Amino acid sequence: MDIAQSFTAAFGLILGGDPAFLAIVGLSLTVTLSAVSVAAVIGLPLGALLALARFPGRGAVIVLVNALMGLPPVVAGLLVFLLLSRSGPLGPLGLLFTPTAMVVAQALLVLPIVIAITRQLTEDLHAEYREHLASIGLTGFRAIPTLLWDGRFALATAILAGFGRASAEVGAVLIVGGNIAGYTRTMTTAIALETSKGDLPLALGLGIVLILLTLAINAVTYGASRVGARFAG
Amino acid sequence: MSGMRDTPSVLPLTVSGLAFEAGDRRLVDDVGFSIARGGLTVLIGPNGSGKSLTLRLCHGLLTPSAGTVSWAAERGTIAGVKRHAMVFQKPVMLRRSARANMLHALAAAGVTRGERAARCEEALARFGLGVLAERPARLMSGGEQQRLAIARAWSLRPQVLFLDEPTSQLDPGATRQIEEMLAALRGEGITLVMATHDMGQARRLADRVLFLHRGRLVEDAEAPTFFAGPASPEARAFIAGDLVW
Repeated sequence: MDIAQSFTAAFGLILGGDPAFLAIVGLSLTVTLSAVSVAAVIGLPLGALLALARFPGRGAVIVLVNALMGLPPVVAGLLVFLLLSRSGPLGPLGLLFTPTAMVVAQALLVLPIVIAITRQLTEDLHAEYREHLASIGLTGFRAIPTLLWDGRFALATAILAGFGRASAEVGAVLIVGGNIAGYTRTMTTAIALETSKGDLPLALGLGIVLILLTLAINAVTYGASRVGARFAG
Repeated sequence: MSGMRDTPSVLPLTVSGLAFEAGDRRLVDDVGFSIARGGLTVLIGPNGSGKSLTLRLCHGLLTPSAGTVSWAAERGTIAGVKRHAMVFQKPVMLRRSARANMLHALAAAGVTRGERAARCEEALARFGLGVLAERPARLMSGGEQQRLAIARAWSLRPQVLFLDEPTSQLDPGATRQIEEMLAALRGEGITLVMATHDMGQARRLADRVLFLHRGRLVEDAEAPTFFAGPASPEARAFIAGDLVW
């Protein structure tokens, strides 16, 4: 099958609404959106706390979190694998090779991004707002809700960056999900498998969907920053 | 004004032996004065004289290295509500509309939801900001932002309002508007304490002058007395427009 034929077949898959194809896209989106939600719920308050807290070793924690933004997905996958494997500490939960395990692994990848960017944004905003907030009684951690709300557009960008990282990674979901057809097979793991098997149309079709998704994320990110600019002045 | 006499006051404010150090530098040194009810007290002096720091120490934004700031009522609060507010040189505007900025401050001060809206509308109307209510605050002009900052502080019903060079970044037209606002607030019986290095502004507004120089309070006088002829050589030099170091 040559490249032109592969593309034609790929578009056929996308437009034809093949159930197996849609199931893969659906699982990918479910896993990634869940992981990003978990990371946001944990990461936004943690990032804000890290921005305002002063404790010994704070600098080291910031460096560590920033470094973890570059955590290789396969390493994140390995860590979660060790946690969830039968002999691991969370083995009895029986989560290995389930979508839940994939959510955990991706959340681990996204969390440092959310914490690091939230920490930076909140710290900058606090430097600007601190005296006014203290004047009206919002000292210390009581400033956090105001800071998160006023940083909402920039923070949306951080969360979308996390979404981009999670949706594109293959290593973590492959290790902890196992790429089981119809159960834990995502777009990225399917592309890796189908390419090696020679089913180029399926791989290409999924690849096109992934790229369109990335485009959509960036469009939303751009829109969020434009809306944010209206308030930021 | 007569109504205010019946309510308890956080004043007088008594400052004694006040000092503030940063590193090994003493930026405010043994400053003492008392602020009674009413009128506009101006803290004047060249840059680095300690005016802004003194205001921040009084408002509780900074902790003194030595000395005390004491109010007639505990920490300047009455029934748990802080009765002194502050307006800054560069207005701090949240990334929200003018109205939301005011509602936020009222919420932070513990005002009930129903009363917040009423007080917000009252303040917007009182200072002619109604037409700007929905505008993102940070997109307003410098003068509009400072008017909003003063209206926001006013909505908190302070008995004392500290102002740190509120017009130093504004053009003459906006400066006049702010000065008119301040005169009106004084007329309402709000006690104003303002830092400025603008001698003309001090002449126009001050009832009393505290002249600071290198972190020390050099002169404390009624405005007419001070402007007729200050007692200290530093203040004389400052009035004459000489540089004082």
